[in-house]
Amino acid sequence: MGNEESVFFSRVLTELTLSFHIIYATIGVGVPLMIMIAQWVGIRKNDEHYILLARRWARGFVITVAVGVVTGTAIGMQLSLLWPNFMELAGQVIALPLFMETFAFFFEAIFLGIYLYTWDRFDNQKKHLLLLVPVALGASFSAVFITIVNAFMNAPQGFDLVDGELVNIQPLVAMFNPAMPTKVAHVVITAYMTSAFILAAIAAFRLLKGSDHVYHKKALFLTMKLGLIFSIGAAVIGDFSGKYLAEYQPEKLAAAEWHFETEGEAPLMLYGILDGQEVKYAITIPYALSILAHSDPTAEVIGLNDFPEDEIPPLYIHYLFDTMVTIGVLMIMVSGLYWLGRHMRWRFIHSRWYRWLIVAGGPLTVIAIEAGWWYAEVGRQPWILRDIMKVPEAATTSGHVDTMLYLFATLYLILGVGSVVVLRRMFRNNPVEREIADREAEVREGTRKGGDHR
Amino acid sequence: MTLEILGISVLWTFLFGYLIIASIDFGAGFFNAYSLLTGKERILTNVIQRYLSPVWEVTNVFLVFFFVGMIGFFPSTAFYYGTTLLVPVSFAIILLAIRGSYYAFETYGARGHKGYSFVYGAAGLILPASLSIVLTISEGGFIDMIDGNPVLDYKALFLSPLTWSIVVLSVAALLYISAVFLTWYANKAKDPDATELLRKYALIWSLPTIITAGGIIWELRAHNPEHYDRLLDFWWMFALSGLLFLGTVWLLWKRRNYGLAFWLLFGQFALAFYGYGISHYPYLLYPHLTLYDGFTNQAMATALVVAFILGLLLLVPSLYLLLRMFLFDKDYVKGRK
Repeated sequence: MGNEESVFFSRVLTELTLSFHIIYATIGVGVPLMIMIAQWVGIRKNDEHYILLARRWARGFVITVAVGVVTGTAIGMQLSLLWPNFMELAGQVIALPLFMETFAFFFEAIFLGIYLYTWDRFDNQKKHLLLLVPVALGASFSAVFITIVNAFMNAPQGFDLVDGELVNIQPLVAMFNPAMPTKVAHVVITAYMTSAFILAAIAAFRLLKGSDHVYHKKALFLTMKLGLIFSIGAAVIGDFSGKYLAEYQPEKLAAAEWHFETEGEAPLMLYGILDGQEVKYAITIPYALSILAHSDPTAEVIGLNDFPEDEIPPLYIHYLFDTMVTIGVLMIMVSGLYWLGRHMRWRFIHSRWYRWLIVAGGPLTVIAIEAGWWYAEVGRQPWILRDIMKVPEAATTSGHVDTMLYLFATLYLILGVGSVVVLRRMFRNNPVEREIADREAEVREGTRKGGDHR
Repeated sequence: MTLEILGISVLWTFLFGYLIIASIDFGAGFFNAYSLLTGKERILTNVIQRYLSPVWEVTNVFLVFFFVGMIGFFPSTAFYYGTTLLVPVSFAIILLAIRGSYYAFETYGARGHKGYSFVYGAAGLILPASLSIVLTISEGGFIDMIDGNPVLDYKALFLSPLTWSIVVLSVAALLYISAVFLTWYANKAKDPDATELLRKYALIWSLPTIITAGGIIWELRAHNPEHYDRLLDFWWMFALSGLLFLGTVWLLWKRRNYGLAFWLLFGQFALAFYGYGISHYPYLLYPHLTLYDGFTNQAMATALVVAFILGLLLLVPSLYLLLRMFLFDKDYVKGRK
């Protein structure tokens, strides 16, 4: 196998691992926060249902976290196995956040273990809430640190390159690079948003499938409300990201928008297909790209023709960008209408079709996450470190990457199917109605026993 | 102490931590599967599950910590080890992934599913073999530099007796460590049947452990004389380690003081592991890479040490809490809570 093939298979394997990992990682970042919020609402309202909600989510979460942990270990090691030259260089500059990420992960792992095995130890619900705080913090901070590493790849700084040697290295400057604020904020908030909509989809699905328990209604309202807040936040930060791109990575924005000529009053293209440099069937929104890029309808936006041809990312990222934005906007509308409908007593939000729409929202937001990441990553092609190292220079020279690709593909298939089967079985065999009945029986038993002792 | 030495000491300590807790974990998985096969699961499963459940995720972090720290302090290892280890480490990752997730599937999802337990037990036994290849390669002689890029010589690796001795040692040692620890744990749980069975396993696995450990020192004489000479300089560490080994076996034989027996074992492996590590100095990969030419720049090293100290301030109390709540909580161990 020649070096070119090694590069190709290394790219495919990295993409496969990350695409699989981010599904579980996104849930891993967002769900602990939802569990913590449910526990908190349960304590504040003194409502057993929310406490139970927190526990049932936590039980399913363990399965997803296991797959997230093992695939995270895989990508962590693959970085060195598939991109040894990149890691040697980046290790000099950006090892600090990578290292801090393991601390955050460690912290989360310890307290998740304690939380899961102390459900029956303390009667005071506040103690359980206290245990959830480090879990949620650890989960979010590991996303923060690892995204900092990715932001560095988009906007490397904190060192000087003199004759191919790295000098004057400043680890903190490398961490706080210009891409970092928008990237970190967007990743974290969309993880919260996606988790909220996945949990909402589950609640809506249970309601559709015959259960009419108030537990599911509470779950649906809570998650839709959270989803609305986080999706609005995601859109606002997405707008900041556009402004960041216009300033620091104009070729990514121009490729996503099929914007060829540098010009003012730039229009935004939605959908459409590309024919040479002709954009067909697109919905054009005048001035919108200038507004997105610079908050000024007449501002000049740099076009693709101003870049050397071998430094332009593939133009198909336009479709990925559109997918991400469309789903984001759709979810703001779905959750916004639901929230409004609850207050205005509109009946249609309880109809079957609307609930199906909410169910679809779960997988759709996951697709948006994938599309967003593909857009962000493919959009910085051909660079692995923008303006410093191209992807082929970074890849391994080993000749066995293709075999490893097939092995890992099989692994992810097994893990994906396994986790879905186990999760389904867990919740089908123990519906919430039965768990509530069991708990009530336990409480009655407890008081009767207590009475006997007296 | 230079930052290089500090860095490698910290990493070596984390690797040792991983070695001990992963051994307990992998061995427990194996004994659990084996007890299912021989119809003894009533005796062992409870004790093993109660220990494993709260700590399985933490075990994994020790490994992640080690390799992330390695890249941080010694970025050149990414180039040498990353390029050559693609196949063995990919196998290890796949086994770890299957093991970790199937543990969760079995414990939280489908309790009592025998297939999961077998996969889990078997994976735990092959894993140390694929990970210990790294130790073999670090001894030198298996990597050729072609066009400035390192290439692993698989044939030499597979035909070397050193490779196979290290594989056998890793498997025997893990079963031994695990059995000694679980004997203590079962005894604390006041479970005489499990204690007796695990004590038997511990005694069985003590012999191959010590024989292969001695054999490897002997093989290094032919494979890497320089390392062998340095090993001899630290002969007292290995002698002390051997004495501690005898102490553990004697206590197990006499059925007393299992706690002390485990700590003696801990000391035995610590002495041998650090003795091996110190005598490997100054090479990270013999003879291509030393501690000094692979070290990161001063600014990053300082930043990592600061992050490390702050991280430990957070971790040590949390780990202490975890141990106190599960390992050293009498009621939890006995299964009352």
